[in-house]
Amino acid sequence: MKVVGKVFKFGDNVDTDVIIPARYLNTSDANELAKRCMEDIDPTFANKVRRGDIIVAGENFGCGSSREHAPLAIKSCGAACVIARSFARIFFRNSINIGLAITECGDAADDAENGDEMSVDMTSGEIVNVTKGKRYRTMPFPEEIQQIISRGGLMKAAK
Amino acid sequence: MGMTMSQKILAAHAGKESVKAGELLTASIDTVLGNDITTPVAVREFEGAGLTSVFDKSKICIVLDHFVPNKDIKSAQQCKCCRTFANKFGIENFFDVGEMGIEHALLPEKVLVCAGELIIGADSHTCTYGALGAFSTGVGSTDMAYAMATGKTWFKVPSAIKVVLKNKPAKNVSGKDIILHLIGITGVDGALYKSLEFVGDGVKHLNMDERLTICNMAIEAGAKNGIFECDEVTERYMKDRCKRAPLRYKADADAEYERTVEIDLSALSPVVACPHLPSNVKAASGLSGIKIDQAVIGSCTNGRLTDMREAAKVFKGRHTAKGVRTIVIPATNEIYLDCVKEGLIEIFIRAGAVVSTPTCGPCLGGYMGILAENEKCIATTNRNFVGRMGHATSEIYLASPYVAACSAVNGFITDKAEGL
Repeated sequence: MKVVGKVFKFGDNVDTDVIIPARYLNTSDANELAKRCMEDIDPTFANKVRRGDIIVAGENFGCGSSREHAPLAIKSCGAACVIARSFARIFFRNSINIGLAITECGDAADDAENGDEMSVDMTSGEIVNVTKGKRYRTMPFPEEIQQIISRGGLMKAAK
Repeated sequence: MGMTMSQKILAAHAGKESVKAGELLTASIDTVLGNDITTPVAVREFEGAGLTSVFDKSKICIVLDHFVPNKDIKSAQQCKCCRTFANKFGIENFFDVGEMGIEHALLPEKVLVCAGELIIGADSHTCTYGALGAFSTGVGSTDMAYAMATGKTWFKVPSAIKVVLKNKPAKNVSGKDIILHLIGITGVDGALYKSLEFVGDGVKHLNMDERLTICNMAIEAGAKNGIFECDEVTERYMKDRCKRAPLRYKADADAEYERTVEIDLSALSPVVACPHLPSNVKAASGLSGIKIDQAVIGSCTNGRLTDMREAAKVFKGRHTAKGVRTIVIPATNEIYLDCVKEGLIEIFIRAGAVVSTPTCGPCLGGYMGILAENEKCIATTNRNFVGRMGHATSEIYLASPYVAACSAVNGFITDKAEGL
């Protein structure tokens, strides 16, 4: 599974309240959530992001609430992958469970800038920053986890 | 190598003699919890997978607490989805308006969680129940759905940080000050994936409400769980209320801890976590230049009887400063009733506060106290992230009920009130 897209760069401790504010949690409709994704830190994000784009962030991405609406909002707004220095525990688990590709790579996260073109190969663990001409290696997920992500989540993979 | 308290509980629930940090295991769950925001997503996953039965209708708790009484039509639909599911499967611990309370105050109060048990909940503050000597952690809705069907889930065995609490807390220093102080030391990801295990001679000075506050905010240090050893305070709390026998776990003498943090409780002073991270902790006494527009006293962190009493101590005979909106929310109906019996509600109302029925409401910017542009709020809640309680430019200062009440009567952040 390989994704290629444009980078949207964020900082450390991007919390679930900014990924999807709780005022919009009176629905779990993925398309509704997508429209509000990242609204409080970048109100233009949901309009600018295109299918296949990549979110890049620093440490502790997804800290805060257990709301699965957060990875759902990211996935349904079109972003195909999140690269971060580190992920908060519940967000990490939720992302795999709903089939959002995520990967930890500090160097790739540090180097990337807004608008860079990047590719992520979830199978081999290779990340390429095409704009900067740099390559990075991460530990790919075990095949079982890759299957969960590529089939769209835990419950779909279990069928 | 010995095991930590958390590791021992996981091992017992996985049918293993011993476990090591980093090991993956599948464990049997004693209680699965969901609320009105996370349960509908779990129901969609559950039904989408074609599942037709739950593993044990007595071991699933569904609490409608975030947006109830329903704040709008969409919330009403979500609650209806939970209600329909609960009725369909005969969920015994389903708590609707009239019986509900904020989940993490309600479950300990009804002793639906017990020492030595393993609990997962589709709410990040599920880590609260570690105060009772349980292993308890937050998960997402898909994990909730899977656990409702199978009674099991997988865990990576966590490593741990030992937090040694020493001596008796200084005057006006509460459980909230202790946990904020700790998060100030660790940072918001200093305990990522790890257990926080609280021990030391200072523990005996903390009542159950304070321990619940401390474990509640373990997640704000990134922790997987927080846990206290079960002692006389725990047993007294559970006595006559819990039908199951509590199991006491103690860490082995040679248990491995990644780090030990010692806190002298007698040397602490009331603190406040400033915007926009719970780790941005400063002494309350140094923040008197910050004027507030609102004070919120309640939530799964600080909506229990001890918290209500602490706030009432300040509000008795005093009035909220002009221009400050004070909102008090006892976390459960039982706590509300105790407040009525003790005369606390009258104290709050005479002080110019409003008192709400139990709800998570303002804590997560749902309703019942949303902030406008540039407004500042002192709150006994757990998160002060950007936009958490309303407008993206509003600011939240996290504090104890005592500090929040002192600030409400003065109109600025302080840990003092005249004549107190």
